[in-house]
Amino acid sequence: MNTIAGYNFAYLDEQTKRMIRRALLKAVAIPGYQVPFGSREMPLPYGWGTGGIQITASILGRDDVLKVIDQGSDDTTNAVNIRRFFARTAGIATTEKTEDATIIQTRHRIPEKPLSEQQIMVYQVPLPEPLARLEPREAVTRKLHALADYGLMHVKLYEDIARYGHIASTYDYPVLVNGRYLMAPSPIPKFDNPKLHMNPALQLFGAGREKRVYAIPPYTKVESLDFEDHPFSVQRWEDPCALCGAEDSFLDEVVLDDAGGRMFVCSDSDYCTTRQAAGHTGSQSPVAKEAA
Amino acid sequence: MYVAVKGGETAILNSHELLAAARRGDERVPEITPAQIRQQLRLAVARVMSEGSLYDEDLAALALKQAAGDQVEAIFLLRAYRTTLPRFGYSLPVDTSRMALRRRISAAFKDLPGGQVLGPTYDYTQRLLDFSLCEPSASPLPPRADEPLAEAMPRVSELLGHEGLMEEELPLPGDPAPVDLSREPLSFPADRATRLQNLARGDEGFLLAMGYSTQRGYANSHPFAGEIRMGEVALEIVPEELGFAITIGEITLTECQMINQFAGSSTVPPQFTRGYGLAFGEAERKSMAMALVDRALRAAELGEETTAPAQQPEFVLSHSDNVEASGFVQHLKLPHYVDFQSELELLRKMRNRHEGRMKVGAGGTAPTEVAAEENA
Repeated sequence: MNTIAGYNFAYLDEQTKRMIRRALLKAVAIPGYQVPFGSREMPLPYGWGTGGIQITASILGRDDVLKVIDQGSDDTTNAVNIRRFFARTAGIATTEKTEDATIIQTRHRIPEKPLSEQQIMVYQVPLPEPLARLEPREAVTRKLHALADYGLMHVKLYEDIARYGHIASTYDYPVLVNGRYLMAPSPIPKFDNPKLHMNPALQLFGAGREKRVYAIPPYTKVESLDFEDHPFSVQRWEDPCALCGAEDSFLDEVVLDDAGGRMFVCSDSDYCTTRQAAGHTGSQSPVAKEAA
Repeated sequence: MYVAVKGGETAILNSHELLAAARRGDERVPEITPAQIRQQLRLAVARVMSEGSLYDEDLAALALKQAAGDQVEAIFLLRAYRTTLPRFGYSLPVDTSRMALRRRISAAFKDLPGGQVLGPTYDYTQRLLDFSLCEPSASPLPPRADEPLAEAMPRVSELLGHEGLMEEELPLPGDPAPVDLSREPLSFPADRATRLQNLARGDEGFLLAMGYSTQRGYANSHPFAGEIRMGEVALEIVPEELGFAITIGEITLTECQMINQFAGSSTVPPQFTRGYGLAFGEAERKSMAMALVDRALRAAELGEETTAPAQQPEFVLSHSDNVEASGFVQHLKLPHYVDFQSELELLRKMRNRHEGRMKVGAGGTAPTEVAAEENA
């Protein structure tokens, strides 16, 4: 097994891993509750996925297969760097295929392909406290969580509607977990929020800088906050993916020139390439262009 | 045609090579060694050790070399290394009254037992660029005092303590072990030991600005530099198998005792209060700023009005760490296009709605009313 000399399997020492796993067990036992933990300095900067990295390091076994995505893609530099970190320090197998992975560490997206009970999602979280923008004092937000007093957030959403006609949160859209704790789903687009609900996979959230972990156990109820007359809805695009023709995926807008030219493609690179390999095409596919 | 972003790994490896070349600079100039940095850039080394929370001059010098002189980057390197070190035990509290002093001054008294000792300080240099340093020269032998300094010098705070003019600093009931912030998360409310620990590894620039703000009216603590002392203290541990203390080495510390006014209360007679600062190495600016901030953070406990940023523990303690701050500020370089796409979509939707309303407005409703509503 190729790992770096002088460092333990998956970088962290076993005591630290055990401490993090204990915090994770507590998090699983109280879905959506933020558990403080002794977050360590990692050799990657705070804010660049240290919470997710510490969770992955502490649950990773030698037989695990790891997938790392950022913005839905395996190829973005930070995803590459984190995948390389674990390949170097743990020598484990990595993959870009969603269905082949046992652990998927992610920043800002949930894969389009449905997950299974055999998989664990690890989310990188910048700001774990959903109320932080409304009440910066942690001593106060802890009390609000204890009392399940989420009036502040409902008023904020109401004021959005009064002011803009819509709830103005498009990502990191607040959810209520298991009917009890208000939770920040990390900055995933609200498009992904429905995937949090009753997901067969265990979902773990790590905020390294803020020193918190939390969890959504498999098959847990996760509701996105809304109002009866303003029900929660997700983004929809007018065009399908220009490469694979998907109409059900989150699309990134790619600017093609400085004259307003643009195309829309799947943000989930594995989903897109799998569909293309299966023969699906879009308006900009090489095949479609040749045929035209 | 859309070109998928591939080859991230090669690009990353290439950027490492560029970084190494940029660090080395012109190869006609001799390469600097960590030993040179340790000896000749000792104040940079001290800051990296302080905020890196690891007293090791060689490693701090190496970190500075690797970081091409970027202090915060060097501090980060040292912290990340420190995480991997096993914890053998905790030292006994260091006794700064037994410090082998190289500098000791008080701004509160003209003279005091043991005297004022200037030591190596920039304080009274005239800040003229010294062009003679462009060329190597033999360093002059420093002058020697006629007699050695007293072995133990009482701290100024203790001199006043005898009269009851200075608040006493006693351990909390039961003398509880302090929280180890490098192992446990910071939580609020934070006791003073925890706050001091946070400030000790806090960013010097941040503490300087916070301390400065208390002098300019954002908090009001009337500080006097009661005493600043710098020198070497012995570090002692009690190994379990021995059962008595042994010295494992010595470290350089700078300590600042700030004296502040306090009117007293119905139960406490008027007396001076204290702010405390301590840092590794020669770090006077840091320890003085720390003492100012420590005192400001005691506002609530002393029954003072808390109105200024420096008096708010959550504000100060959650933002003092430069490794955390640097990482989070710079994480904005990471791709955010999924979130940005979501915002674009909402903004377009809102603008469409706005346009629709403006058209309706032209047909009957006053446009100003629509605009006012949108801007509400």
